[in-house]
Amino acid sequence: MSRAGSVSEAAAAVATRGGELTSPRLVRVAGALATARPMPAAALYQLVHVGARRLLGEVVRVQGDTATIQVYEDTTGLWTGEPVTATGGPLRLELGPGLLGSVLDGVGRPLARIAEATGDFIAPGAVAPTLDPQRRWTFEPTIQVGATVSAGDVLGRVQESPGLEHRVLVPPDTRGVITRIEAGDFRVSDAVAHLEDGTALALSQRWPVRLARPAARRLPAETPFVTGQRVLDFLFPVAEGGSVAVPGGFGTGKTVIEQTLAKYAWADVIVFIGCGERGNEMAEVLTEFPQLRDPRTGRSLLDRTVLVVNTSNMPVAARESSVYVGMTIAEYYRDMGYRVALMADSLSRWAEALREVSARLQEMPGEEGYPTYLANRLASFYERAGRVQALGRPQRTGALTVIGAVSPPGGDFSEPVTQAALRVAGALWALDPELARQRHFPAVDWRLSYSLHADATEPWFREHGGEAWPEVRRGALELLEREAELREIAGLVGAEALQDPERLLLDVARDLREVVLAQSAFAPNDAFSTVTKTYLLAQLSMSTYQSAARALAAGISLDTLNLARVRRALVALKTAAPEEWDAGVAEARAAVGELTP
Amino acid sequence: MCLSALDRAGARTRVGGTMMPLPRVHPGAAAAAGPLVFLRASRKVALGEWVILRAPGQAPRRGQVVDAAEDMTVIQVLEETAGLAPTLTELTLTGEVPAVTVGRELLGRAFDGLGRPLDGLPDPVGDALAPLTGRAMNPSRRVSPYAFIETGLSAIDGLNTLVRGQKLPLFSGPGLPGLEIAAQIVEGARAPRGEPFAVIFVGLGITARERDAFVRRLEASGAMERTILYLNEARDPTIERLLAPRVALTAAEHLAFEHATHVLVVMADLTHYCEALREIGAAREEIPGRRGYPGYMYTDLAAILERAGVLAGREGSVTQIPVLTMPDDDITHPIPDLTGYIAEGQLVLSRELHRRGLFPPLDVLPSLSRLMNAGIGAGKTVPEHREWADQLYALYARGREARLMAAIVGEGGLHDADRRALGFAERFEKEFVAQGRDGRALAQTIESGWRLLESMPRDDLVRIREATWKARRAAAGATVRAGGRA
Repeated sequence: MSRAGSVSEAAAAVATRGGELTSPRLVRVAGALATARPMPAAALYQLVHVGARRLLGEVVRVQGDTATIQVYEDTTGLWTGEPVTATGGPLRLELGPGLLGSVLDGVGRPLARIAEATGDFIAPGAVAPTLDPQRRWTFEPTIQVGATVSAGDVLGRVQESPGLEHRVLVPPDTRGVITRIEAGDFRVSDAVAHLEDGTALALSQRWPVRLARPAARRLPAETPFVTGQRVLDFLFPVAEGGSVAVPGGFGTGKTVIEQTLAKYAWADVIVFIGCGERGNEMAEVLTEFPQLRDPRTGRSLLDRTVLVVNTSNMPVAARESSVYVGMTIAEYYRDMGYRVALMADSLSRWAEALREVSARLQEMPGEEGYPTYLANRLASFYERAGRVQALGRPQRTGALTVIGAVSPPGGDFSEPVTQAALRVAGALWALDPELARQRHFPAVDWRLSYSLHADATEPWFREHGGEAWPEVRRGALELLEREAELREIAGLVGAEALQDPERLLLDVARDLREVVLAQSAFAPNDAFSTVTKTYLLAQLSMSTYQSAARALAAGISLDTLNLARVRRALVALKTAAPEEWDAGVAEARAAVGELTP
Repeated sequence: MCLSALDRAGARTRVGGTMMPLPRVHPGAAAAAGPLVFLRASRKVALGEWVILRAPGQAPRRGQVVDAAEDMTVIQVLEETAGLAPTLTELTLTGEVPAVTVGRELLGRAFDGLGRPLDGLPDPVGDALAPLTGRAMNPSRRVSPYAFIETGLSAIDGLNTLVRGQKLPLFSGPGLPGLEIAAQIVEGARAPRGEPFAVIFVGLGITARERDAFVRRLEASGAMERTILYLNEARDPTIERLLAPRVALTAAEHLAFEHATHVLVVMADLTHYCEALREIGAAREEIPGRRGYPGYMYTDLAAILERAGVLAGREGSVTQIPVLTMPDDDITHPIPDLTGYIAEGQLVLSRELHRRGLFPPLDVLPSLSRLMNAGIGAGKTVPEHREWADQLYALYARGREARLMAAIVGEGGLHDADRRALGFAERFEKEFVAQGRDGRALAQTIESGWRLLESMPRDDLVRIREATWKARRAAAGATVRAGGRA
């Protein structure tokens, strides 16, 4: 054995020595990082193929002729001496019709096609183009030969899914006069138009994922991103084009919120990034979404959804790239003039991936071992959200709303990722383990949460939800605040020691919490609450309080007021089927009316 | 994955059929520190490659390449390194990644953490040698878990339902009966329609006492012939602990997906595993994360726990119940914290209930099964399961809050409803949770819960819909009338 070993070693040594003169080889493999030499011309973020199996990787450091590469696939079994091939540029994603309904890995490969290549378990080295190269799409031009086009102009359309027209755009760095354009059935890489300089414009285009796609200008946020969740729409609304941080310890329902929004929120396109999360959860999304209907259009939910999946046991470097892949897709649809929502679950796992790679690069760590550039990277990610006027003609307005879940260790919000997210996000939906423990879902803590979009969206809610929306909202927030104070006092002196007005406040606040704010993602009639329903429930609760308070002021004792009837009516109304709705509203109004002295 | 098995290892374990080098022998290593050996100027070294270290006059040791580099390769040694002189040790780089024997033949047998027999019998031949690092299940090939597993424990079956393909850890504390409850679940769990079913128990740094108690219960329940034991005890090498769960899960995946078997993997104690991880991290001079645990602990734990699941078009499943000890009962400690983020829920034991002599001392408030909804309801358990569970939970939560308040203001200072909830909480703990050592069928669990609910005024039961309530009253009435006639 030892003789055979030394012979093969000698042979290996010769092979490697010969190779060193010409082509780059691996000199080190440790975890997700590989080092290769000689690569004197390597550029940062250049895409490379690592080893004989051509695993995907990206250069993250260059020192002299040595390049350090983060590898997007499992590095087990890579050996020193294996070849490394550099490609032309950074990681680019193929954008075009066929993205909707697809499930991609962290570097943009469809998981189903990876499964065709490597079976039920993912093996490294699979080649799978993002878009189906064979499928033909019917392209209908909207401009003619002779037109001068520039970046972002719409060339024509493709019916990508039953409810969404895919607008084929001139790529951002291109301009010229159209010399040929034709209708017909094309594959994504086929040229549908030509420019005078010979440039071919295809159905698809490529974009480097780490770079934000350009827009003509940013627009102020004014319409709300309607989530169908009462506590969010009513108390902490976010505007289309806004951004939210959703931190919560484990078991507080982060994932359920993200999934509920993906199901019910008002958006044309949803990009859901499962970043370092559970495989079974992704399976649930994949099972459920095709069966669920978009509440507004009645189409299958999968028709408006793109999933980017890097479960916690998939390679860590691809976790880092997954958020950029998702963001690029979201921006692409924004540029077509759509309202896009991006959910990332969770940004903490992305930050941990940064930390892992940074530690292996032996960079000087910042807080809790995270790299010092964490806050910066997180900010540039969140800032890709926004409502914009897209480049090109015809004029289009697109919005990209970003909802990022954060998983703070031990539920402690003072940790670096939560804090970095809060500095840039426009709203905080803080999830509280105590509420989750009481099975109060969504477990959004109304004292800690905030939204910087509340004022901007008020006019919209006043018009579409109810006349007194802002007043009811402020009243409710105040009531909840006073309830918290009173509960502290009651905790000291006992609830029995409280006076009637205080007890009334506690009663109504409880209704407000349990009926208005709590909402079951699993109740068919309550999973999505229209803004009208949200307003009505809240407004009824608040007028209960006002009517009963007037009764108390008139000297009536609290015990004689029939608050139980109001409560029953509100509980029934909350889960009422559409056909029971009108009767339910009438009963609730009657119950509230009965309180007035 | 014993040495003889390695000698047999064929092309199967040569990664992906790439031209992985043949075995190479180095006459000596450059340095050694703790569990690590450093090899200088080695060419063609693969990451994860299996290494045999032969020191004169000592039994061969096994190691794995954790950092492959031409200037300095790092090898993690699985056995005790005391007495190892690096310069005198001959190292064979085998050209293979570690693999383990898998197959149905392993059932009924006991192995150490690396898969060597502990029962005095010869090495199993098995069906195949499978690389033990395992690969991630392709999420698009997974089936969302949905099949209810009856454990016989009311607090689990009723309120934190376990389903096939789930990973549901037990958060125990020092001196709390975590392993005992795991044993009870294993005894009680069977496949409802008689499908092939197997249990794999992985001891990770457990004491001889814990091992004996667990194995004795398995034997007494007659479950041994469908069980495989992988035992790494407290006295065994720490590094072996890092491989033991992977060895066991490789065997589990094979049984599940090649032999259509429903496999329940119980691992105890994950805390010892994490400490081994920290030890090796420190030896490699890595930048530590929280409380000295490595920053990649989440990824590492996920690589183990994510190996639970169900695959499309395959009959079997892998379900995991890892048991861990929360140091100082602290649920925010990195070990339970990260586990909680990866797993699909957690079952938390309560020292207070344990102190009061209640068994099993499961605290349902912080406990959670994320996949519960998929496993309950009409056709699976009972139609009203969700609201029934929500109502029990809500009343108990309110009662617990009232208990805190009563400690300050006295019971007399409580609201009527709070006082009722307080009484409910007491009965809930004694009658529903503390069922003792006997298993309960699901029907008994549901009935026990209903009886508690029915002792409360209807107005307190806000989570029970009117239709459900009427159906229950009608059913209960019918039972009473039928009972009267009998």
